[in-house]
Amino acid sequence: MSNAAFATTAPATSRAEPIPVGTILPWAVFASLMLLLAVYFVGAEEGATSLIGGSYVHEFVHDGRHLLGFPCH
Amino acid sequence: MVGNLLLRGMMIGVLAGLLAFCFAKTFGEPWVDYAIAFEEHPSHAAAGAAEEPEIVSRQTQAGFGLLTGLLVYGAAIGGLLALAFAFADGRLGRLSSRSVAAVIAALGYVAIVLVPQLKYPANPPAVGSADTIVARTELFFVMLAFSVALMIAAAMFGRRLSERFGGWNGATVAAGVYLAIMTVMFAALPNIEEIPASFSPGALWNFRVASIGVQTVLWASIGLGFGAVAEFSARHRSVPGKVVGAAASR
Ligand SMILES: [Zn+2]
Repeated sequence: MSNAAFATTAPATSRAEPIPVGTILPWAVFASLMLLLAVYFVGAEEGATSLIGGSYVHEFVHDGRHLLGFPCH
Repeated sequence: MVGNLLLRGMMIGVLAGLLAFCFAKTFGEPWVDYAIAFEEHPSHAAAGAAEEPEIVSRQTQAGFGLLTGLLVYGAAIGGLLALAFAFADGRLGRLSSRSVAAVIAALGYVAIVLVPQLKYPANPPAVGSADTIVARTELFFVMLAFSVALMIAAAMFGRRLSERFGGWNGATVAAGVYLAIMTVMFAALPNIEEIPASFSPGALWNFRVASIGVQTVLWASIGLGFGAVAEFSARHRSVPGKVVGAAASR
């Protein structure tokens, strides 16, 4: 029995080693805030809840908001 | 590692937004135009609703504005999917990275698009009263947030069950819990019925199908596209195959 026998392996899968939660968490908190803000600008920025003055952003992405299914007017 | 995944997700999201724009421009915009023509027709104009000043031209709204909206939304969804993927990859049983990306996108699509849209479907301009926009917006986002939170809880619950009872059993029970609670939520939240009587039901249906189509193109492209690039990157840190068949040769 040779050593080579023990080296026989199943094909490597592309299943990944999990990334430690502690590594992900800071990214997840910061990035999801930024990304949710982006969704907000497309989905809701409007008169009542306006973060930046006026309704330019609201009107600019108007069709996208309707077609993505957000309430608009 | 996480930053790299995030970047990949957002880039795939931008590409998916581009595809969604092509779909929206072709199949959605005709119904938006139809609704705006309806809205502006004197016999349908809401009593007392003054002609709004046009801040952005219709041409810009239907072109560059629509493109910008879908690219930003696509990048955001792609980024959020990448973050969810970072938590799930390597933790969903024996699923490969590509399958994990597809599963996450499918669950996200159900929780963020399909279920909230069944309760509060997309409306073209002219459908919906200006007096209720604040309440409608609140109800929509309550539904959305609740659905997403419940989906995350159900997924974690299902994963725990899967470790004891197997993947299919765990997923089936978790899906049942999600659907049962969402059914109660559907019954509890008020309905919104503000469709003008003279608005064509066919046009409304076509608009809503186009809207679901835009979201489906976006989510399918992100799920499958991100899966492809995630698997490519995952190979660099893949789990080596287990040693098998130690006694296989002599
Ligand atoms: Zn509108």
